[in-house]
Amino acid sequence: MTAHLSLSANTNLEPRAAVAAQPVSAEPAPVAKTRRARWWRIRGDLPKTTVWTLAAAGLISPFILWWAYTALGLADPMFMPSPGDVLERLGRWWSSEGLLTDIGISVWRVMAGFGASALLALPLGLYIGTYRPVQAFLEPLTDFIRYMPAVAFIPLVMLWVGIDEGSKVLIIFIGTFFQMVLMVAEDVRRVPMTQIEAAQTMGANRSEIVKLVILPSARPAILDTLRITCGWAWTYLVVAELVAANSGLGYAILKAQRYMHTDKIFAGILLIGLIGLLTDQAFRWLSRRAFPWRTQA
Amino acid sequence: MTDAKIRIQQVGKTFISDTREVEALQSVSLDVRPNEFITFVGASGCGKSTLLRIIAGLETLSRGEILLDGNPVDGPGVDRAMVFQHYSLYPWLTVMKNIKFCRQLKVISDTVRGDGDVETASGRADALLSLMGLTNFAEAFPSQLSGGMQQRVAIARALMPKPATLLMDEPFGALDAQTREVMHDLIRHVHKLEKTTILFVTHDVEEAIYLGSRVVLMAPRPGRIDSIYEVPLPAQRDQDMKLSPEFTALKREILTRIRETSGMQTDLDQLAKLTAIAG
Repeated sequence: MTAHLSLSANTNLEPRAAVAAQPVSAEPAPVAKTRRARWWRIRGDLPKTTVWTLAAAGLISPFILWWAYTALGLADPMFMPSPGDVLERLGRWWSSEGLLTDIGISVWRVMAGFGASALLALPLGLYIGTYRPVQAFLEPLTDFIRYMPAVAFIPLVMLWVGIDEGSKVLIIFIGTFFQMVLMVAEDVRRVPMTQIEAAQTMGANRSEIVKLVILPSARPAILDTLRITCGWAWTYLVVAELVAANSGLGYAILKAQRYMHTDKIFAGILLIGLIGLLTDQAFRWLSRRAFPWRTQA
Repeated sequence: MTDAKIRIQQVGKTFISDTREVEALQSVSLDVRPNEFITFVGASGCGKSTLLRIIAGLETLSRGEILLDGNPVDGPGVDRAMVFQHYSLYPWLTVMKNIKFCRQLKVISDTVRGDGDVETASGRADALLSLMGLTNFAEAFPSQLSGGMQQRVAIARALMPKPATLLMDEPFGALDAQTREVMHDLIRHVHKLEKTTILFVTHDVEEAIYLGSRVVLMAPRPGRIDSIYEVPLPAQRDQDMKLSPEFTALKREILTRIRETSGMQTDLDQLAKLTAIAG
């Protein structure tokens, strides 16, 4: 998140470096060799189409392997269903087993837990990252709690909150909040001191520095933190739905295990992965839209 | 001299960490005249940047006093703008919004009365933009600019609230030689135009001589003022003067003195010994 800053100072060096590099790559060399050299250049660049092709191949190849493995009859369908079975199961889930309701309730739980966590973690992280006394007071405690396994809180949560929606949201909250606070604090601490000092020498007071410098400066990093922790919130879904749920993707997976419906387990896991991927992409898109100055270097 | 713009009196600074105490500045005294362009050079660790930061109010002093128009410095203020070496621009704001940043601050808006002043302020931002040759980049983001252009934005932003004093901490240290020459003439022009008092810290002796009317040489361990040189050049300067005998003589004198005060002469003897052993 500080990369754009360190890069900006060097931008006028880049053209010269490129010119200097040209004669080297222009030297006669076998075509196949230059191509491989470009592929394996350390931190090298690739054409966009190549990147997309590789990404697609990376995503699809496990499915092909999976399909081949089951199609050859190497696996007991009881333990490993074929992609076709899973798709068919997904269709049935959609038409007669209330897939949309399950997705809806799970998305709601994740978003409620994640949202509540973000709502509290953002101001708290901002304070920890900005004011040393707050950091000294809260950071060790947060560090301590974040190592406690969220799963182990289930019995307590059931005792204290009961077994309705609140408890599921709370489990996801416990799983994400403490990490999120520390990450937001770190994002805030990474705001370059010179940006703050420049404002001070222009006469900015404390609240102006927080509002006009620290917050806007840390915003892209904070959005990144939200993107990453949102992924973690999804991983706590199944745990949360251990608590007396009767709907939701995590619950569906747990129930499917009871009846040995491996195809449904597969379908549920893949769905959660897919929703996670989509959320992640949405965050990335938002980041590009909201912070155009980051990519225009 | 009672008409000093900035009076630095016996200023000392000690940095205290868990393991040791470092005397960054030891009893530094200096009077800076109004509208003076004074430059500071010295070996690393001589405390020149620390002194500048204390004057800016970004660092506290351990001993002594700094008087600004007769009043002691107590924290940063709009009357003393600072230009840093880098990373000080706000990458999320366009060039124009960076320059106008101070307009959002309470100190500034309190002094603005009515729309007339706001108009003047916009006019000033535009004027600074064209002074810096950035008119076509008003809507660009800092990341789209070269290092030299970014520093021009930083200078314009610092000048926006009409500071009486401009503190510059190696502002051109990261720029290439050609860009630096352009910036030198630009900042001298600004100095004449805005009647600003400028305190300029650099490690480049040639830069210090070309820009300053006085060059303050500081020495390390502990940081202190070693000597002050009057620059024997006319107020109106051009790049050719860098080749004049007065210029080169002064440059040699200062460089020699820096070498003497840096405490690193023994290294050569050491190196000779090492070479002898290796041979």
